[in-house]
Order: sequence, then C-alpha cells, then structure tokens
Amino acid sequence: MRIQTRTIVITAYLLLLFLPIYWLVNMSFKTNAEITGHLSFWPHHPTLGNYGHIFSDPVWYNGFLHSLSYVFLNTIISVALALPAAYAFSRYRFIGDKHLFFWLLSNLMAPPAVFAMPFFNLYYSVGLFDTVWAVALAHCLFNVPLAVWILEGFISGVPREIDETAALDGYSFPRFFVKIFLPLIANGIGVAAFFCFMFSWVEQLLATTLTTIHAKPIVAVMTQVYSAAGMDWGLLSAVGVLTMIPGAIVIWFVRNHIAKGFALGRV
Amino acid sequence: MSLELRNVSLKQGQDSIIDDVSLLFERGTMNVLLGPTLAGKTTLMRLMAGLDKPTSGDVLVDGVSVLQVPVRRRSVAMVYQQFVNYPSLTVYENIASPLRVAGLPKAEIEKRVADASRVLRLDPFLKRLPAQLSGGQQQRTAIARALVKHAELVLLDEPLANLDYKLREELREELPKLFAATGTILVYATTEPTEALLLGGTTATLWQGRVTQVGPTPSVYRSPANIDAARVFSDPPLNEFTTTLSGPRATLPRGGDIDAQSLLPNLPDGIYRIGFRVEDAKLGTVSGAPLAFPGQVAVTEISGSESFVHLDIGSGTWVSLVLGVHDWKPGAPAEIRIDPARIFVFDEGGRLVRAPEARIARTSALV
Repeated sequence: MRIQTRTIVITAYLLLLFLPIYWLVNMSFKTNAEITGHLSFWPHHPTLGNYGHIFSDPVWYNGFLHSLSYVFLNTIISVALALPAAYAFSRYRFIGDKHLFFWLLSNLMAPPAVFAMPFFNLYYSVGLFDTVWAVALAHCLFNVPLAVWILEGFISGVPREIDETAALDGYSFPRFFVKIFLPLIANGIGVAAFFCFMFSWVEQLLATTLTTIHAKPIVAVMTQVYSAAGMDWGLLSAVGVLTMIPGAIVIWFVRNHIAKGFALGRV
Repeated sequence: MSLELRNVSLKQGQDSIIDDVSLLFERGTMNVLLGPTLAGKTTLMRLMAGLDKPTSGDVLVDGVSVLQVPVRRRSVAMVYQQFVNYPSLTVYENIASPLRVAGLPKAEIEKRVADASRVLRLDPFLKRLPAQLSGGQQQRTAIARALVKHAELVLLDEPLANLDYKLREELREELPKLFAATGTILVYATTEPTEALLLGGTTATLWQGRVTQVGPTPSVYRSPANIDAARVFSDPPLNEFTTTLSGPRATLPRGGDIDAQSLLPNLPDGIYRIGFRVEDAKLGTVSGAPLAFPGQVAVTEISGSESFVHLDIGSGTWVSLVLGVHDWKPGAPAEIRIDPARIFVFDEGGRLVRAPEARIARTSALV
C-alpha cells in the first residue's frame, strides 16, 4: 500500500513538473493555426517548420551563436579569474581577507539594473558596445564572486599538507597547480562553471542593454516576434525548446559534481 | 651536511610556540624529538623544512643561513602523521613524483621506485590510487616518496602514530636502517618514550616549545636534566610528590614526616620535588613501612604481560607497574613502596639534583 501511494505521489509530481515543458515542446511542433484554433494534447499536424525557420534565418541562429559565445567566454573568464582568488582566500591570511570575501559576495546582492546604465556608458566610450565581450565581461560582475565562493569551499577541502608536500618534492607553483591541484578540485571547477553558465545564459537585462545588432542575444531576438501580425506562437515555442537544450546538456555533465557541491554547502 | 637551529623562536600573537631553540644535527645521524602533543614538535619540523619562518633566530645548513631559500630548492623530505599523498596520482607516480620533478633519467626513477616499493612492500599496489589503500599502505607510500628522494634532511613527524600495532613494530625497526643507508639527517618526532628508546640515537625532549634536554637517548632517559624532561620521558607519567627537608626530618605528602637520611641522604635543607617511575613503585599490601604510601586502588589497566595499578594516595594518584596480569579491585587497600636509590630528586625550580644510581646529569647539549 505504502509503495503504491509513494508511486502515485511521485508520478503526479513529475507530471505536474513536466507539464509546462511538455506543452512547450508540444506547441513547437504545431502550426500557429492549430495552437490558436483548438485544444490539442499532441500535434495533430506535426511540423518542423518552426525549427526550420530558426535554422534558416541568420537573425535567429546568430542570436543563439551570440548568446553561446558570450556565455562560454564569461564562463572561462570567470573560472580563470576565480581560481587564483579562491586559492588565495583559502590558503593565505592577509589584512581584511574576510571583509574582502564578504564584499565579493555582496556583489551578488545588487540588482543588475543598477549596473546597466554605467556599463552602457562605459562600453560605449571604449568601443566594446554591441560585442559579445561586453556581455561576457558584464556578467563577470556576478559570476566571478559566485565562482570564488564555490571554489573556495572546494579548495579548503584539500589539505594544505598536499601543497606543502608538493613544495618539498620540488614542484614549482604553476606545475603543482596544474598537475596536482587542478585534478583535486575538478568537481569544484565543474560546479562553478555550471553556475556561471546558467547565470549568464538566463540573464536578460544586461545582455539586451549592451547589444544592438552585431551581438544580439537570443532573448533579444525573441522580442521581435511580437509583430504587427500578432504573436508567432510556434516559432517562440521552438526557440524556447532550443534555449533549454544547452542548459540540459550542461546539467547532464555536472549532475554528479553538483551533488558534491551541495554536500559542501556552497551551492 | 649539517643543520643548525640557532636561537629559533616562533610567536603567534602573544603565544610563544617555539621558545629559543638551539639544536645541531649532523649528517647520517638519528635524532628523536620527544614531547607530548602541543609541545611544538611539528612546528619545529616545519621550521627545519622551511615551511614556516621563525620570528627570530636562524636556520643554517653547513653554516649558511637558509631562511631565504624556498622550500622547493632545499633537499628536504617530510612524512606527516596523517597520510599525505597525491590523491589523483597512482602509488607509483606518488613515489616517483620528486624524482620526476628533479628530472632524473627514466631508468633511475624506475630503479629507485622499485627498490623503495620492495622494502616497503608496496609492489602489489603500484597501480592503485591512494584512496584504494589501507592507512598503513598509504603511510608506506608517503615514506617511500621520502625515501627515494635521497634528501639530505628527512623529517618524520610521528609517522607511525596512526598505524596498527604490528606494522608499527616492524616499521620502527626498519625505518632508521632504510634512511641510514642514504646518509641523511633523520629527525623523528614521537610522543612515546619507548619509541625514542627503541630508535636510539640522540634525543631532544620538548616541553611547551622549549628544548628541555639534548643528549644520547639512553642517557636522557636515565638522567633527565630537569623535571620537565623527566615528565616527557615517562609513560605512564612520572609519580611525583614534594617534600620539605629541614634538619633531620623530611615531610611526606599525606602529612607527617620521616627520617631525612632514609629518603634524601646528604642534602641541604629546602623544598625538593621527588619523582619516580612506575617500574620503581612497588605495589603491595599495607605494611606500614616507613617509605610506604598507603591508599586505595583507583583502577587497574592490564596490558598483556604487565598491569598498571593506579593508587589513590590522598594527595594524588600514583601508578605502579606490576608484572603479570593482576586484577586489583578498585577500592582495595594497597601501598606503594619506594626505594630511595631509585628516585629522581629535583630542586624547587625543577632542576635535577640527584638521579638514581648516583648518576648525575651530564647535559651534553649539542650546541
């Protein structure tokens, strides 16, 4: 009896959870006529037209490419900058280290809207405006502190004696860091990269403010379908599905590391 | 090579971790740092290795200060009490690690790793990761890594403390031989007096960050220079009491006094601290003899062929070593008899006045 109840509850919960996702996928294979016409639980006239449109129209697929490029750039920059910082916070004591660490975190609390204006003005004057770099760098504001915070937890989990043994063995610091240390915190790097990726991927305000044409992210392109002819439901759904895929792939790769991150209490 | 610590001190804020330590270590010698936990053994080793810098004083190799030489340029190997290996490298790569960094030819690396893994019986595990080994195997990997390096200074920080009894016995015998063959300065930290005696060599006793005595291990054991050194070198702890000698009488801890000549012959008046080891505390039924201290049995610890009987004598608890398995019931009346020829006599400040068998301390400090 108990097992049955549990199965029912879990199934109901999963159904509830997957309903919107299913509906999105459902809509993406329908024509606009079918979507607005009548209620159908699966596509009666399935079509790949919506996807075909996205992959044939440069405005659409470039939107994806722009988003992906600044997200990857940002993830790499954030983790690369955060690694030495997190190592220093974990291993060295210096004046104001705790305050600095907290100040880094407090950057996460500021609303992005506050920074939209200064970033706009700054990037415009240095010629970075409307490039993927503009967005990638702007997102560092949130992602570097986040990555430092996550990595510091993982690095502190590695005994200091390992660093010392490496020094006694004669390793130079860079060699030790790459050969010995990085493999030990691979989990942490995976988790940090995942969160940088997700934050950057879903962030909309800075991404749309700092670009116009040449680096227009997918979220900005999506606003175009609110046209005079009404809403292109099918196309929007297809974009929605494609937007979820990179996140799903990344989650698949780091799912085991994330559990470890949770165990460390830093995620 | 020789390593010298010259008036080395380390302070953390107001606390003195290491207090004015001067020691000299010569090539090819076995040196024991003996002291209880928190005495500063690990810190002292870290100072020798260059992992920490002293607040004052100097560390010299062959007479030249090495304080500015980074750790990786020194010829030092260290084995920690907790098993420290590189988790992501196999046992083979762990052992080979210092040789690879030094850029030794491949054949030489293979030969040295093979030799070390043979004597430390790690052959079957070379392809495994440290996490797949038992604690003893992990520590042997760490020891092997220190061994292959042929470092001029090898620091073993309680390397056997976390190992099981049998392995500890075996390795304790082998370790000095292994390292002696490389002509290194071997420094071995331990909390156990018996371990120090088994290792031999030179012993420096540490107490609260200070070196209380340095000398050949057996002679430090026989004639501790002061009460701190004697305490460090006694396990179970030294039995102690204080007596006031005035004229012909000496006071006793439970009250009353006895004829001074029977306890402290030929000493001037004053306050003395008496210490005697557990094996010199003879346990028996209450007889009322002059140098017998009656009390109640508090607890009996049986360790194989010996028993430690703790006796509550009113002013404190003394321990007596009894051969064989005895089961003294807690609360049973008993007495501890002491032999005046087997006691250590310290003055009020803790300096040795008289050691058993009339051996007066020869503090052959090495500096």
